[in-house]
Amino acid sequence: MSEVSIYWLQQVLNALQLSSIYALIALGYSMVYGILTMINFAHGDVFMVGAFLCFLAATLLDLPFVPTLLLTMTGAALLGVLIERLAYKPLRNAPRVSAIITALGVGLFLENLTLAFYPYPQNVPTLIENINWDLGGVSLSSLQLIIISLSLTLMLVLDYVVQRTPVGMAMRAISWDKTYVPLMGVPVDLIISITFAIGAALAGAAGTMYALAYPVIDPYMGIMVGWKAFIAAVVGGIGNMRGAMIGAFILGGVEIMVVAVLPSTYRDLVVFSLLLALIVIRPHGILGQPRVQKV
Amino acid sequence: MTSASQAMPLPDTTVSLLEVSGLRVHYDGIQALHGVSFSVPRGQIVTLIGANGAGKTSILHAISGLTPYSGRVTFAGHDLHGVPAHRIVGLGIAQVPEGRGIFGNLTVRENLRLATWQRRDRQRIEEDFERVLVRFPRLRERLGQAAGTLSGGEQQMLAVGRALMSRASLLLLDEPSMGMSPILVQEIFAIIQEINREGTTVLLVEQNANMALRIASRAYVLETGRITLAGSGQTLLGDPRVKQAYLGAVLKHHSVPG
Repeated sequence: MSEVSIYWLQQVLNALQLSSIYALIALGYSMVYGILTMINFAHGDVFMVGAFLCFLAATLLDLPFVPTLLLTMTGAALLGVLIERLAYKPLRNAPRVSAIITALGVGLFLENLTLAFYPYPQNVPTLIENINWDLGGVSLSSLQLIIISLSLTLMLVLDYVVQRTPVGMAMRAISWDKTYVPLMGVPVDLIISITFAIGAALAGAAGTMYALAYPVIDPYMGIMVGWKAFIAAVVGGIGNMRGAMIGAFILGGVEIMVVAVLPSTYRDLVVFSLLLALIVIRPHGILGQPRVQKV
Repeated sequence: MTSASQAMPLPDTTVSLLEVSGLRVHYDGIQALHGVSFSVPRGQIVTLIGANGAGKTSILHAISGLTPYSGRVTFAGHDLHGVPAHRIVGLGIAQVPEGRGIFGNLTVRENLRLATWQRRDRQRIEEDFERVLVRFPRLRERLGQAAGTLSGGEQQMLAVGRALMSRASLLLLDEPSMGMSPILVQEIFAIIQEINREGTTVLLVEQNANMALRIASRAYVLETGRITLAGSGQTLLGDPRVKQAYLGAVLKHHSVPG
């Protein structure tokens, strides 16, 4: 292989790693929007809490990778349900803007709560033995392999749950119109809680992987990553699960490719401009459908 | 009341499956129902007719638990007050909502399956699924299709079929004739009668008073949140007030006898 193609293959691999993490977070935004037509702006901070839970499990409890991941996902899921029950459920019939402001407030609360315990950036210990494979000049690390394959697995599981299980069916019914879902015998509040739990668990998994890939964490790390994942969800068509994954891969790809050819400070400028252009051309995102306003 | 009926069994026609008394519903301070009382005897078709905005849908929503209310709703001896909507289905009340309430992004099969959420009797679910498809052969052809792609008539069939999937003993129908062609209306009313003959009690809310009164054994006229007339379907069909207000008849200047 030529040196140029090796270089680009390496970039694709790097992009896949970043995109997988964005995708896991983007799914949470999209699921909650799909079911409540609400943007859960605290979601990026749930991701951050996930990274800190990973840090705690690895340092305080001295756990290896798999238990750390499971513990983080469970903790994040509980946090997601707690946020929904305490902060969003009481506002379900309030104007949409109240819920959005509340979500921003919850995000700030999580950041400052974490800040109270960890005012300085923390170093996350290595949980995965670092092995590097040389694939004809392209290097693949054990961490990259785990991040990419684990994310893809989680996405496949989620896709199965949403498309093939009764709970997924109920979620899709609620996203169409929740007014009459109770008439089917479906407990809507429970399904909403399950949605938040799944979305937050995925963000927790993303937090764990991010903390292992970029092992210096701080309470504000969820802001930018959260925004990007949110944008990925919008680009893919918010409310659409597969769209969120596609959006994340576009976003991660563009980010890595921009840095490969331009000064790294241009990265976010190019990314945001591109996304802005895409939204102008396709306001409902790649797979999104214009919502028909029901009277 | 119950002790009396236990001591001396009354004929089936007077045993009510659903009792509604003093039902009041408010929306944002506006009163939609001002103390509505009526009963639905087991095994019969009862209709509530009235113009748009009379409060017909509010009554059904209150019974199904979708709307908070004051007053009393009892179903087969259960007081339904405070029972969450998804549990009411489990007790045996199914509703075909106004505008059908089909989930357009789900397939026809999924729409039917979703309605069995409260049921655990797998084998009988399969039987009921088959029975619905026998009754509505068009649905069988479209099982894997997104329900949103069905025609209005097919969607109405799906809505009724879906309600049957919960194996309810009381079926609430909210304007099943709305937006349907006259032929489809005939067909739907025939199906409603058939379902009733097979043992399901029906509470039918309609603007199409003519059709509704013809198949109902008992009927109530609802006007601005109050019941203003009650009687058998046949009686109301012949009532001049009903004729004038709901059947489009122009009353002639005939001299009133007596």
